[in-house]
Amino acid sequence: MKNILEYLEKTAEKNPHKIGFTDEKREVSFLQLMNNSKKIAGSLKSLSKNSPVAIMIERSVECIESMFAAVYAGCFYTVIDIHSPLSRINEIFQALKPGAVITDNDSLSIAGQLKYLSEEDSENIQLILYEEAVKDHIDNKFLSRARLYMIDSDPLYVLFTSGSSGTPKGTVLSHRSVINYIEWVSEEFSFSQTTIFGSQTPLYFSMSVTDLFSTLKCGGTYTLIPKMMFSFPVKLIEYMNSRQINTIYWVPSALAIASNWNLFQYEKLMYIEKVLFAGEVMPVKHLNYWIRFLPKCVYANLFGPTETTDICTFYVIDREFKDDEQLPIGKPCNNCDVFLLTEDGRMAAPGEEGEIAVRGSFLASGYYNDPEKTEAAFPQNPLNKSYPERIYKTGDLARLNEKGEYIYISRKDFQIKRMGYRIELGEIEAAAISLKGIKSAAAVCDSESGRILLICEGKVKEPEQISETLKKKIPSYMLPDEIIKIKVMPYNANGKIDRAKLKKYITTDRKMR
Amino acid sequence: MKELLKILHEIKPDVNFEGRTDLFSSGDLDSMNIIMLVSEINDEFDVDIKVPDIIPENFNSTENIMKLIKKLQDEEI
Repeated sequence: MKNILEYLEKTAEKNPHKIGFTDEKREVSFLQLMNNSKKIAGSLKSLSKNSPVAIMIERSVECIESMFAAVYAGCFYTVIDIHSPLSRINEIFQALKPGAVITDNDSLSIAGQLKYLSEEDSENIQLILYEEAVKDHIDNKFLSRARLYMIDSDPLYVLFTSGSSGTPKGTVLSHRSVINYIEWVSEEFSFSQTTIFGSQTPLYFSMSVTDLFSTLKCGGTYTLIPKMMFSFPVKLIEYMNSRQINTIYWVPSALAIASNWNLFQYEKLMYIEKVLFAGEVMPVKHLNYWIRFLPKCVYANLFGPTETTDICTFYVIDREFKDDEQLPIGKPCNNCDVFLLTEDGRMAAPGEEGEIAVRGSFLASGYYNDPEKTEAAFPQNPLNKSYPERIYKTGDLARLNEKGEYIYISRKDFQIKRMGYRIELGEIEAAAISLKGIKSAAAVCDSESGRILLICEGKVKEPEQISETLKKKIPSYMLPDEIIKIKVMPYNANGKIDRAKLKKYITTDRKMR
Repeated sequence: MKELLKILHEIKPDVNFEGRTDLFSSGDLDSMNIIMLVSEINDEFDVDIKVPDIIPENFNSTENIMKLIKKLQDEEI
């Protein structure tokens, strides 16, 4: 197997009329999805092989059809967050230089405002309207010619994340990486034809790869849960029950909605069997709430960056954890090697802390149009002097516990030193979240003053009281210099705590308080 | 109503909320905003909005939000 489309084609052959993809408005079978993608692909005939195609369509079945259309045409796709500021979309276009943009009537006006598209050389960029393209007939001759020369190391998609410098960084993922990852994840969690995913994550976020491509492979159902449902928790549950959703893979902040509103007191999830999460640290307090109401579900903590497709280690919850304990990130996925590197480039001893490094087929090919950043993040394996072998250095610190499980410590740049003590902001956060009344907490370090600030959301008492209880949980040198109570924690488009925004709040204005 | 509009204005300064009936369906307010809105209303009007009340019908217009607040205030007494 060398192309992700083979998953779709096999499933469409085996079970053509089964509903595979649904959103609020539409549901399509595997056969319909495949045919629509093939039709749209016809509009991309003039593009050369491995050209970037930008998709500017709201999270929907139409968006998914357009993604696979790019692949059918021998190209790769980048899904654009159409709600992000125009300046950011322009930056992404500068880095990506797409040969075509697929949009629909709803988003056409946004595409029309892009500077990149109105520039002189934009005549070479095709603007394709979904509603028009999908009316085309299927050109099988073109499709088989495009497929003939595709190999598994060709790019499937480029996913943009905001680098620490603020400029978007496009991670290139090949068919091979995604196939290897999907083989592991679908096997490990026994996804099948009966798996009905309730997808929370946007299609421009690496986590969406798991639900989307597992559905393609296994022939289950991929249900897009509209973003608005997460505003109205009762509606969310009703929606999930009406669609018989049995598997979710969400960011912890989305799972926390249930515990923060005490939702399960009022409404029950009827079909849920598997609850997977990744993207940020899962506070055990929120997990325990789920386990209390839904003890029979499988729960798993997955860990990994976009650069390892989605995940590189995982831990299936197999024992009890107290609210102030931390979940392990577990062990490496099958066919993926993870090890810890020390500052001086050797393998960390058991229990010793090191940077998580990954090797194997899950790895991205690098960053698009950015050889310097690629070189820095994907260096030669320092433990291998014998032949060329790239690894990915995650920038995350971890150690092995006595059970042989990886324990996440923090981002490398989150770790700070004060008065000779090494301080983990993540530990401060974990301690704060475990306190009663705290819904969400984030610790940040003001790089100028070196002060540690703890930002909390919740029905708490006074900041002084938080400080008092924290003293019982963490050593005094770790206590934050200031505790700030805010009305609501800012979240980014993926649903994770927006740390960049938090830093801005506390340095420029404090209106949020 | 004045207080409510003030709260809404603080959450989203660039949107005019008066007389609107599509606060959430229009996309002007999102899931983060509702948490903030509920927490502000609870503080300002001294009520306790619970999850069954957090439905689009109650929150899509300023009138309906006010109705909900009144209902909860009456229940308190």
